Amino acid sequence: MSYSITEPSNRQKWFAGVLVIGYALLTLLPLAWIIATGFKTPADAIAYPPKVVFTPSLEGYVNLFTSRSRVTPEDLAAMGPPTTWYDTIVRQYGMVINGPSRYGERFMNSVIIGFGSTFLSVFLGTIAAYAFSRFKVPLKDDLLFFILSTRMMPPIAVAIPIFLMYRQMGLSDTHLGMILLYTAVNLSLSVWLLKGFIDEIPIEYEEAALIDGYTRFQAFYKVVLPQAATGIASTAIFCLIFSWNEYAFAVLLTSGTAQTAPPFIPTIIGSGGKDWPAVAAGATLFLLPIMIFTILLRKHLLRGITFGAVRK
Amino acid sequence: MSDHLVQRVASATPPKLARRIRGVSDRTIAWLFVTPTIFLLLAVNIFPLIWTIRLSLTNFRTNRPNNPVEFVGFDNYRKILTNPDTWASLQATAHFLIWTIVLQVVIGFTLAYLINKKFRGNDLWTTLIVLPMMLSPAVVGNFWTFLYQPQIGLFNYFIEFISGVDPASFSMIGDVSLAPWTIVLVDTWMWTPFVMLICLAGLRSIPPSIYEAAECDRASKWRQFWTITLPMALPFLMLAVLFRGIENFKMFDLVVQLTGGGPGATTLLTSIDLKREAFEKWRTGFASAYAVILFVTVFGLASIYVKALNKVKDR
Repeated sequence: MSYSITEPSNRQKWFAGVLVIGYALLTLLPLAWIIATGFKTPADAIAYPPKVVFTPSLEGYVNLFTSRSRVTPEDLAAMGPPTTWYDTIVRQYGMVINGPSRYGERFMNSVIIGFGSTFLSVFLGTIAAYAFSRFKVPLKDDLLFFILSTRMMPPIAVAIPIFLMYRQMGLSDTHLGMILLYTAVNLSLSVWLLKGFIDEIPIEYEEAALIDGYTRFQAFYKVVLPQAATGIASTAIFCLIFSWNEYAFAVLLTSGTAQTAPPFIPTIIGSGGKDWPAVAAGATLFLLPIMIFTILLRKHLLRGITFGAVRK
Repeated sequence: MSDHLVQRVASATPPKLARRIRGVSDRTIAWLFVTPTIFLLLAVNIFPLIWTIRLSLTNFRTNRPNNPVEFVGFDNYRKILTNPDTWASLQATAHFLIWTIVLQVVIGFTLAYLINKKFRGNDLWTTLIVLPMMLSPAVVGNFWTFLYQPQIGLFNYFIEFISGVDPASFSMIGDVSLAPWTIVLVDTWMWTPFVMLICLAGLRSIPPSIYEAAECDRASKWRQFWTITLPMALPFLMLAVLFRGIENFKMFDLVVQLTGGGPGATTLLTSIDLKREAFEKWRTGFASAYAVILFVTVFGLASIYVKALNKVKDR
C-alpha cells in the first residue's frame, strides 16, 4: 500500500461515503417505487400516505398482459356455482379475460427493432471504423466530423421528410423502416466508439499476419476482430440501449404494427382511469434489461456515453 | 526452405493473379468499408435535411397533399422569427437549459469530488447512481407524473413531510409557476450521473504528484482546489456541458411525457413546439423552417463552444 501525503483521511472518507450513499438512496427511490408499485393492488397504489408496507399482488402484471371486459351482474347470476379457481376470480372482480393485451407485441417489436438495428449498426460501424483507423481515407477528418454531427440534429427536425419519404417508399410503420432509421442514428456512436477501440490495437499484429501471408480480409477477421471483441460487445449494448429507449421517432413514425414499448407504456389505462400498477409493471419489465446491462457495462460506461471522447 | 518456395511461386505468378490471391487493394477495402455508412447517413440525415430546407421555402401541408404547393421564399422564416410564441418557447428552453446545466454541474462535480475520496464500496454506489440515465426517458417521465400527483404522489408526500404543506394544495405539473421546475428536477435526477462520471474521469486524470508538490509548498486545501483541481478538471466539465447542452436543446421524450408542454405553454420547449406545428397542425413548410432554424442554432452554438473548449484544452 502506498501512502502519500495527499491520501484523504479516514474521517474525510467516512464523510464522503455518507453523502454519496445518501444521494444514491434518494436517487434510487423513484426506481424502487416503480418496482414496488408493480406489485400493489390499484387501491394500494393510490393510497395516501403512500404505502411502504403492503401485501404483494400480481394484479398489475395480470392487467398488463391481458385485456378484460366486465361481466354484468345478470350474467354472473346466470353462471351457476363456480367450478374452477378462475370462476371464483371472475365472480370476485366481475371481469373476464378476453385475450392477451398489446404489451407483449410491443415488447417484441422493441426486441426485433432493437436487436436488428444494433446488429446492423455494429456491423457497418466496425468495418467503417476499421477503415478509418487503418487506411488513408480521403477527407477522413471531415467525414468523421460529419458522422458525429448527425447526432446534433433534433429528431423532430428530420422526422418530417423521413415521414414523407417512408410513406412514399412504404416503409412507414414497418420493422425494416425503424431498423434502418435507428441504425443510421446509432452509426455515429458506433463508428466513433469502435474507432477508439481499434486504434488501441497495435498495428504490428496485422503486419505480422500480412507477412505470414494473410490477406487484408483475413487479417481483419482473424486478428483485429477477436482483439476488438470487448469493444464491439460494449458498443453493441450502447446501441441497443439507445434503440430500446428511443421515443421521438417511434411515436412519430409508427402507429401500430411496428410500435415499440416506450410510446405504448404511457397509454396503458385501466377501467377507471390510469392503472398505475399495470403501468409500473410494464415499466419494470421494460427497464430491467437496461438496469442489468448498466451494471455489466460499468467499466465501459464513460466511453460509451461520451462517444469515446473521454476515457477512464 | 518453404519460404524460398513461396518466393519462387510468387515471382512466377503474373501480377494480376497475384493481386487476386492477395485480395483486393487497401484502397478498395477502405471504400468498401466506409461507403455503406456514408450512404446510409446521407439517405437518413443529409437527404432529409436538404428536403427540409426545400420544404421550408414552401407552404406545403402534409395533410393536404392535393393543395397546390407554392414557393413562398423566406416567408416562413420571417413568420417564425416575428412570432412571440417562438420566442416564448425559446425562453422556456433557455430556462430549462440553464438550470439543468447549473444544477447538474454543481451536484455532479460535488459527487465526483466525494467519490474520488475513495471510500469503501464507492464503485458499487457509483454504478447505482448511474442507473437513472440509462433508462428510457419517456417511460420514466411517465412514471414521474405519478410521483407528482397532488393527492397521492410520493413527491408531494415528501414535501408535506418536510415542510408541512398540504399535499393536495399544489400540483407540480398543473401549476404554471411550478411546471418549469418539474422538468428541471426530473432532468437533473436523470442526468446528474452523466456529469458526475465525466467529472470523475477529469479528477482521476490529475497526477497526484502535483498535489504533493503543492503540499510541500504549504498551499492550503482551499487554494489547491482553486489552482489545481478546478482548472485541471475544467476541460472535462466543459465537455459535459457541451453534451448536456446539445441533448437538452433537442429534449423531447422526457418532457412530452411529464408535462406535454403544459400547463399553457410554460414547458413548451422548442422541440415540442416544432412537433405540434409539424404533426398536429400539419403546417409542414412552416415547421420545416422552424427545424432549419433550430438545427442552425444548435450547430452554430456547438461549433463556437467547441472552439472555446479546444482553447482551454491546449492551455
